[in-house]
Amino acid sequence: MNSLRKFIRQFEERVALRIMQLSFALIVLVLGAILFTVLSKGLPSVTWEIISQPPQGGYHFGGDGGILNAIVGSLALALGAALLAFLVSLPVALLMNIHLANRKKTLLGVRFVLDVLWGVPSIVYGAFAFTLMIYLGFRASLLAGIVTVTFLIIPIMLRAMDEALQGVPKALMEASTALGATKTQIAWTVYLRSAAPGLITAVMLAFGRGIGDAASVLFTAGYTDYIPTSLGQPVATLPLAIFFQLGSPVPEVRERAYAAAVVLTFLILIISLTSRRLSRVKS
Amino acid sequence: MESSIARTDAAVSVRNLVVRSGKTEILKSVSLDIPRNGITVLLGPSGCGKTTLLRSMNRLTDLDPSLSLSGQILIDEDDVLSKQGDITLIRQKMGLLLQKPQPLPMSIFENIAYGMRLKGIRDMVVLRRRVEKHLREVALWDEVKDRLNHSARMLSVGQQQRLCLARGLAINPEIILADEPTSALDPLSSRAIEELFKELKKDYTVVLVTHILRQAKRLADHVIFLYLGDVVEQGPAEEMFNNPKTERFKEYLTLGI
Repeated sequence: MNSLRKFIRQFEERVALRIMQLSFALIVLVLGAILFTVLSKGLPSVTWEIISQPPQGGYHFGGDGGILNAIVGSLALALGAALLAFLVSLPVALLMNIHLANRKKTLLGVRFVLDVLWGVPSIVYGAFAFTLMIYLGFRASLLAGIVTVTFLIIPIMLRAMDEALQGVPKALMEASTALGATKTQIAWTVYLRSAAPGLITAVMLAFGRGIGDAASVLFTAGYTDYIPTSLGQPVATLPLAIFFQLGSPVPEVRERAYAAAVVLTFLILIISLTSRRLSRVKS
Repeated sequence: MESSIARTDAAVSVRNLVVRSGKTEILKSVSLDIPRNGITVLLGPSGCGKTTLLRSMNRLTDLDPSLSLSGQILIDEDDVLSKQGDITLIRQKMGLLLQKPQPLPMSIFENIAYGMRLKGIRDMVVLRRRVEKHLREVALWDEVKDRLNHSARMLSVGQQQRLCLARGLAINPEIILADEPTSALDPLSSRAIEELFKELKKDYTVVLVTHILRQAKRLADHVIFLYLGDVVEQGPAEEMFNNPKTERFKEYLTLGI
């Protein structure tokens, strides 16, 4: 009897372990396949010309030039949106965790709404912003793109900041209150410093999401072969560069789509590494 | 003799303090005086309200809006519970020591300087001198003088607690509130904190919450025994421990409950 039980337990243990190992292998395989496809198809096309020049005449039929317009555009768009989102998210996250810390029901509601907003597909943000643009008489432009991506990434940045601030021990609030600090002083010194690694991660996470999103900028940022010189001009982005070039009948142009994908993946890799590095320094 | 002087010159006078959390009364109309200087120990079984009483004194209870307070807590003629006064200034008359040390997320130096900066001291020369003075007061200076710019979290728990004590002293308080300050510490560090309290009581009024009876006996000059939200017995330590008057306190002394 005992030996049967022992056998079953060991069997369970082994099966469970196998399932976990299989799942792990599956994930590694899929990730590897994605990276392999993008790199094998894209790397040969990543030349100095591609990353250092905007499209020249006839580029979209296989002519000279590169995707500098999309690289600069994506960076400008994501930086602008991350900055705007940061300016809004940080005060709200501090408000939630310091002044509303005891309003459990309010917080539950706010977090629920933010989680829903996080889950809303980005094309919906695009459609919403497009309506807003028409109403306000805006054209597709860098500014409109930045505002749309800001809407898209605020829930992400805010919730990630919220999680970081929730990790600050409550006793730290008590200790600093006892020293005679006001809530605002505690927020800007103790909470910001204590949660700094998480806050940096939040910004980087939102930045990464912003730079990689195609649907939200499809209607709002437009697309252009030129590097914009003002906020009012349309702007190209890497996700859309992939999208448009992949749909081309010309094989060389399709290869350049993979080159754009490589560049985008590389940018996101840099963002992750930077955020890890910064978080570690700050903690 | 000592107690009669103390009665006329209380550091903290609590009058009819009622603390409610919803419908339950955590403290039921408590009145007491904490004599100036010396160590006053708040003693009682868990749930008796001793921590709540301590936290009412600097209105740390504000952080929990489910608590409502009524009555008076007088410190230097100021009513702590009055909404008119500036509570942050009143709080700076008291240094607080929590169960687990809570160093601020900054350097050792900045931890001590934090409270002084809040008080408007900006002069680096003054700050440096005062930081050294307070670190010496808690016998931490020699251990940390070469790494003042290191994060306070690098220190051992015992060192952190002494740092927190120094941080409290740096706001120039009259009173030190300590909420089971040795419960997270090893025996050696606990002893260090106890020895510091014995020194500090000459210049400060120490209010200590503890559930360790032996610690209370070692340190207390004055004892306040609470049970289920009431002050059951209070008086000079020697008298209370040698000659307890109420059955409750006798029971607590023998059984520890």
